Amino acid sequence: MSAGISTRRGATINLVGEAEKILSKANPSKTFALKPENFFGLVPRLMVKEGEKVALGAPIFHSKSDPRIVFVSPVSGEVKEVVRGAKRKILEIVIEAKNGDAVVHEVPAAKALDRETVRDILLKSGAWPFIRQRPYGVLADPDIVPKAIYVSTYASAPLDVDYQFLLKNNIQDFQNGIDVLNHLSDVPVKLSVEANFLNDFESIKGVDKLPIDGPHPAGNVSVQIHNHSPLNMGEKVWEVRPEDVLNIGKLFSNGIFSAQRTIAVAGQSVLQPQYLKTTIGAHLSSLFEISGIDNTLQNRVINGDVLTGKAVALDGYLDYFNNLVTVIPEGNQYRMFGWLPFMDNKIPSLSKTSLSWLFGRKGYRTDTNMNGEERAFVVTGEMEKVFPMDIYPMQLIKACMAGDIEKMEALGIYEVIPEDFGLIDYANTSKIEAQEIIKEGIELMIKEVG
Amino acid sequence: MSFLRKKLDDLKRPFGKGQKWERFAPAINAFDTFLFVPNHTTRTGAHIRDAVDLKRTMVTVIIALMPALIYGIYNTGYQYYIQTGESFTFLDAFLHGSWKIVPMIVVSYVVGLTIEFIFAVYRGHEVNEGYLVTGLLIPMIMPVDIPLWMVAISVAFAVLIAKEAFGGTGMNILNPALTARAFAFFAYPTYMSGNKVWVSEASNVDAISGETILGTLAAGGNVNYSFFEMFQGSIPGSIAETSAFFVLIGAVILIATGVGSWRIMLGSVLGAALVGFLFNLWGANALMSFSWVNHLVVGGFAFGVVFMATDPVSAAQTNKGKWVYGILVGVFCILIRVFNPAYPEGVMLAILLMNVFAPTIDHYVIQGNINKRKKRWAAALKTA
Repeated sequence: MSAGISTRRGATINLVGEAEKILSKANPSKTFALKPENFFGLVPRLMVKEGEKVALGAPIFHSKSDPRIVFVSPVSGEVKEVVRGAKRKILEIVIEAKNGDAVVHEVPAAKALDRETVRDILLKSGAWPFIRQRPYGVLADPDIVPKAIYVSTYASAPLDVDYQFLLKNNIQDFQNGIDVLNHLSDVPVKLSVEANFLNDFESIKGVDKLPIDGPHPAGNVSVQIHNHSPLNMGEKVWEVRPEDVLNIGKLFSNGIFSAQRTIAVAGQSVLQPQYLKTTIGAHLSSLFEISGIDNTLQNRVINGDVLTGKAVALDGYLDYFNNLVTVIPEGNQYRMFGWLPFMDNKIPSLSKTSLSWLFGRKGYRTDTNMNGEERAFVVTGEMEKVFPMDIYPMQLIKACMAGDIEKMEALGIYEVIPEDFGLIDYANTSKIEAQEIIKEGIELMIKEVG
Repeated sequence: MSFLRKKLDDLKRPFGKGQKWERFAPAINAFDTFLFVPNHTTRTGAHIRDAVDLKRTMVTVIIALMPALIYGIYNTGYQYYIQTGESFTFLDAFLHGSWKIVPMIVVSYVVGLTIEFIFAVYRGHEVNEGYLVTGLLIPMIMPVDIPLWMVAISVAFAVLIAKEAFGGTGMNILNPALTARAFAFFAYPTYMSGNKVWVSEASNVDAISGETILGTLAAGGNVNYSFFEMFQGSIPGSIAETSAFFVLIGAVILIATGVGSWRIMLGSVLGAALVGFLFNLWGANALMSFSWVNHLVVGGFAFGVVFMATDPVSAAQTNKGKWVYGILVGVFCILIRVFNPAYPEGVMLAILLMNVFAPTIDHYVIQGNINKRKKRWAAALKTA
């Protein structure tokens, strides 16, 4: 076990609508979708045509830059539609589920596994995209040995899932997955665990446990890496989400690509917030039919948490990585004199110009209103308060806006990904879109530096 | 509310996208958003946002300014009536003060906001709220008898040269309100110093001179005010700077709401106290032996430190930098007071000077962070 990481800067925003710890099965989804945009930096090359029959685990598209990295169908069925956007960019590949076969891969016994075999099986089976690489949060490069592999079981974002609960019944598969991942790096997998729940992971062997303590974004892997062993120029680390460790474990026990997703359906507009077991890319209606949604409201459905997730249509599909679907009301209403200090204290605020801290005990109800308009950078010091890294966030944001690569590098662009700026988006007075700016900055880095 | 909203929407229609007056939308939006927080929802980034915005922040500063402003208005009348020797009530003093000061505030807002609106339309962005504070600060730090046209020119100079020339709100190097005062100070020195400007109508009344305490000291005179009078503020001076007590209330509001930086305020007080104390030990002239405690309550020190040095745009932006910046503001304030009797009020020049150096201070703080990172990279390369 490594020394614990304890951060103080940040904020836990307590929203109403947390998922109750009941796990049920989602309704069977008739269609599924894969979205290439879920993989940062990916340019996809399609490997199937509309109408083609696909087995579970059959390749659907591959990465243009590395054709070994394939993305496979989470179900057996038929390619129903390839949805394209501007410039024929592939947005979604919709697959209609039908009974059919699964691609079965030959997996040697655990003892016979080595780095090469593990890598090849992960690549061939389509499980490689479960691994993401820092810097930048892109697909992992199969030709390198990472400095470390991080698995964070502490999800600290608002309404985020409880991985202790989610993994409870699958500990064996999780352990298998860890054992497999341990072949890929020279050091044991870093398993970050919320300090109070260390006991729940006592049985997991072969990992270096990092006890984490602190408000959001302490659960973000960037924060953990930064405070444990910060990333230096040229170094690469990998990140795998807990349920994908489990999926990899399953793959290595039966040879079939596993696309299991346990989703916490949460948020103010969800009638019965709960955990539902489904498959990557499932249609959202298969979840909402069980959890229910308050249709009297105009809602926003988010794949992920309210700070970093992606808005999706009510009849859209699950994204690839998220374990959380949040539904909150839209906030397209006016508030008279709402800008006065100490007005509308029910809206959560980290600023002391509001009495909202008095109302947080039972959880806040909030919506998607901007609560103001974008302005120039004026207030200083507020970003640092929610950013538990030894990085100057405002200066980094400004360097990204200016496209000053040397400065971005020096100020720590390698150590962050856009989601780390979710709370800054939320908290900053001038309503600066920090995540978007950092994302553009990282895209520039990839283009210019690689 | 919905009736008013509907009327406003009707009124705004010609300013909409693709409509005749689209260019002037920032102007009408500025008024609209003062009635209603707009119905805009998040598009990219975080889906929920904090209730705080720049309007709320700036209005908090205005609220914090109110005690000092109200006392300043009263004190203007008070100083006038004790000079003329007439008997007066609180209301008389307050009315006299309002009669002098309200027109200054109106002129400051009208001139300043007109320029801000023009630039917002010209640059195609919304009107920033920063001027709400600047526009109130400018009259508050002027001598009461300054002609209105001078206020107008100072405001125009500050907004155009100190702010818009640098790119508008958030980009300025110097605090605009202090720039306005410095402009007036150097352009019209006879209206900004001496013993006839600090008390309302002093030049028309042949009575006791209304010299400021620092002015008296610089001229080698004796100060006849008690510490309590200086602290409470019933002394001549720029309109709202005289009362350390009411400025302190403002400081409490700013610190409690987190809007003003306590690091800068505390740093300045420590810096000024230290240098003041050292001069007390030296004690070569009247200003040097003026107690360091008194230095903190007379003149514009308290007002400048609480409301001007803490301007987040022109101050240092890093937390470490704020300490250095604050301490140096305090140090230079006393140094200028003591060593340069031509400028008895040191705080204005001290803050402007440190405004210029704030980016340099931040540069070294950030460079420290960068060097740390690069050292780490180098160490990692060595072991690899």
